[in-house]
Amino acid sequence: MPVSRRRFILGATVIGGGLLIGYAATRPSKHRLVNEQLASKQQGYLTTWLRIDPDNHVTVIVPHSEMGQGILTSLPMMAADEMDADWNLVRVEQAPATDLFANGVLLKGFAESLGFGVPRFLDRLAEAGSMKVAEIMNLQITGGSSSVRFTGEQGMRVAGAAAREMLIQAAAAQWGVPVAECDARLSHVTHLPSNRSLSYGQLATAAAAFEPSRNPRLKQPAEFTLMGKPIPRVDIPAKVNGTAPYGIDARPAGMLYAAVRTAPVFGASLVSVDPAPALSRRGVVKVVELPDAVAVVADNYWRAQQALNQLQPVFAETPNNQVSTESIFAQFDQALDNAERNEDVMEGDMADALATAASVLEANYRVPYLAHAAMEPMNCTVHFHDGKCDVWTGTQDNLGIRGIVAKVGGLQETDVTVHPVYLGGGFGRRLPQTTNTIDQATLIAREFDVPVQTLWSREEDTRQDYYRPAVTSRFRAAFNADKQLIGWENTYIGKNEPAEAAHTPYNIPNKAISWVDSPTHIPFGSWRSVAHSQHTFFLESFADELAHHAGKNPYQFRLDLLANKPRHARVLKTAAERANWEQNLPAGHALGIALQESFGSIAAQIAEVSIAADGSVQVHKVTCAVDCGRVINPDTAAAQVESGIIYGLTAALYGQISIREGQVVEGNFNDYQMLHLAQSPQIDVVLLESAEASLGGLGEPATPPVAAAVANAIYILTGQRIRELPLKNYRFTTTPSERTA
Amino acid sequence: MAQFTVNGVAHTLDIEDDMPLLWALRNELGLTGTKFGCGIAACGACTVQINGVATRSCVTPVSAVNGADITTIEGLADKAGAEPYTAVQQAWIQHQVPQCGYCQSGMIMAVSAMLESTPNPSDEQIDRTISNVCRCGTYPRIRKAIHSLHKTA
Repeated sequence: MPVSRRRFILGATVIGGGLLIGYAATRPSKHRLVNEQLASKQQGYLTTWLRIDPDNHVTVIVPHSEMGQGILTSLPMMAADEMDADWNLVRVEQAPATDLFANGVLLKGFAESLGFGVPRFLDRLAEAGSMKVAEIMNLQITGGSSSVRFTGEQGMRVAGAAAREMLIQAAAAQWGVPVAECDARLSHVTHLPSNRSLSYGQLATAAAAFEPSRNPRLKQPAEFTLMGKPIPRVDIPAKVNGTAPYGIDARPAGMLYAAVRTAPVFGASLVSVDPAPALSRRGVVKVVELPDAVAVVADNYWRAQQALNQLQPVFAETPNNQVSTESIFAQFDQALDNAERNEDVMEGDMADALATAASVLEANYRVPYLAHAAMEPMNCTVHFHDGKCDVWTGTQDNLGIRGIVAKVGGLQETDVTVHPVYLGGGFGRRLPQTTNTIDQATLIAREFDVPVQTLWSREEDTRQDYYRPAVTSRFRAAFNADKQLIGWENTYIGKNEPAEAAHTPYNIPNKAISWVDSPTHIPFGSWRSVAHSQHTFFLESFADELAHHAGKNPYQFRLDLLANKPRHARVLKTAAERANWEQNLPAGHALGIALQESFGSIAAQIAEVSIAADGSVQVHKVTCAVDCGRVINPDTAAAQVESGIIYGLTAALYGQISIREGQVVEGNFNDYQMLHLAQSPQIDVVLLESAEASLGGLGEPATPPVAAAVANAIYILTGQRIRELPLKNYRFTTTPSERTA
Repeated sequence: MAQFTVNGVAHTLDIEDDMPLLWALRNELGLTGTKFGCGIAACGACTVQINGVATRSCVTPVSAVNGADITTIEGLADKAGAEPYTAVQQAWIQHQVPQCGYCQSGMIMAVSAMLESTPNPSDEQIDRTISNVCRCGTYPRIRKAIHSLHKTA
């Protein structure tokens, strides 16, 4: 896709004898703050990506959160490659949470100029004046598989390329030679005819005198020196010896610990609590009442939690106190029967297709609520002092957290400092609009002049999440007399994020896709791949039903419907060939297949499955082909795919949050079951590139297909079509023919 | 009064007998490499070695470790005389195992203890012994890293 970089204007300035390059408005800018901050040694680099120091080190400042996806490595690779920096001289810093521009409109303008809509999860930021964020590169939000696609492609690479041009210009001027006679490699500029050479560090100050190009030449893939290579991640050494700091590890001097119990029925308020049983216990400093929770603050977290267990808070009754999983699904069915349908995709004439069909296949699917269960339980450390505030918390958006703490704490945003720390898992849980811990931690810490770490128990983490919503989805498909698929109708609960999650990729002449609203009191959260994980299970399971109904091989059936989608077809073919789709499997094993595009990438998966003696599902191997446009770091890319598959497989096998009396039943890993090493399949990842395609995401696209791939294999083994998850609720028996096979 | 040695340093702590070792380590001694994950010994993020045995510290009261020699992730390399990294830690780097990394302290402590008694574990032995939870799904790399440590007799 041709990308306009006109809106993307680089600025440069001298800092401490070095050169600083980053996004800026045109100088002189109408944004006074921009000029001031760009010139300020203390704060100027906040929306900047590159700093070249006199000692020839290049520092790349990453405005996203490292939650294991390798962003602290991938983004600096992109900048360093374009500027031809020596990777051994590259340092990485995580950007502090400070804003630069006070114009939310630019964000939308920039995103629109790229041909992308603003992802819906950014809307709040785009609209919120208090956020004062200008455009997408400056957002510190990490989600929607966006970091490499936006910050990397439009920020890091352009800044790196512009820096390289400026350094060459500076060297050419110093030597009095034409720019064309100079070349840059490994953090040095060389005058080729005379073989003179200067380091980037030596040139940094002089380079600042040159205006950064608004449209620097970017490398062609064949010229890449770092991109496309499996560069080891910079954050890993500290993660093998316990030194990597997570939010939960914050230890500011004098810190107290808070344990919290929030109203188990979402939306209920605290009526009363007798603090006495807690206050008499060792180490307890205070019992804090919050609007919907009670907290015990003590000098040790265990003491706080033990004391909290002694309290008997009374929470108000709400209209939702009788809501259950069953009542919610009944409500969904009623809505699907009666409520007004909102049209999503209407192509051809589905009514006519149904009226003239030789056969119609119907199926209803549903999936339960899911919690994120990040390994690091939700926590946030806040210290109010001297009219200011320091915050430590693992978050997918440091800037967003700063805004929340400022608002809840009654401070100016500029008086709040959010210290970057690693995230012990994100998966969508640690986006600011769904980080209820932050509000609580701020309210609790406001009562103290020492730091307070609010830490949730695993049970609170599971029961106070923002959940992947339960969804019911109904299908009808129409076939003609030749068993050709002529119509696809799908009606489901809830509008999707992203909007295309329920769109089947297949070429079908008549389509009617619509959704029905049916709100519940269960809080909604973005869960890795958001609506794709539910809908790909529905879409690709139903597509499999259609294949069998048509008497076709499920792989060939899909391929035949992808004639106008060569990228999809190639991904599907690659997966099938790699997994040896037509192979003779061990007795009792079968293959299932699924395909979906999400976040700009296309993923096809083939699962090899058997049924264990106890009737449970065993997944032996998952083969995954992904076309993400271009691969920046093949090793971190493969790791994200492996991770996405296991996250999705855990949900397919075990994931179930149940509602009873308005509250979540499951609390810990004993009843909210996780996949372990013993159940982890062998995973084979094939990364494909498409020269003409935009860069796709990788953190999420491998999650959606796996449930359907496994369920489709189960159908081959057992003849049983899985229309509801999780699979732990089934005890399968294989069909006689399979048993003797 | 709780008395034990952590990473070669003797400690005497005036704390409750029933305080789990995890919170003594994290809150009293400031050793934050050992992580809190579940509090019910279901995830293994809190795994330490007590006299060489991998143990989930979140359900181990300090009264049960009186006089014990405790190793945490911070002391693992030093104890093995393998600064800066043990062979297991090196394998974790070589195979780029950690993602978010939060579970990996416990994972490495559990795997290191297993390899002490079973230097060349089979897949079945690994499956039986390593029941730590990793939400990032680094399991395939963990298995690969363990097998890369196989000693040829």
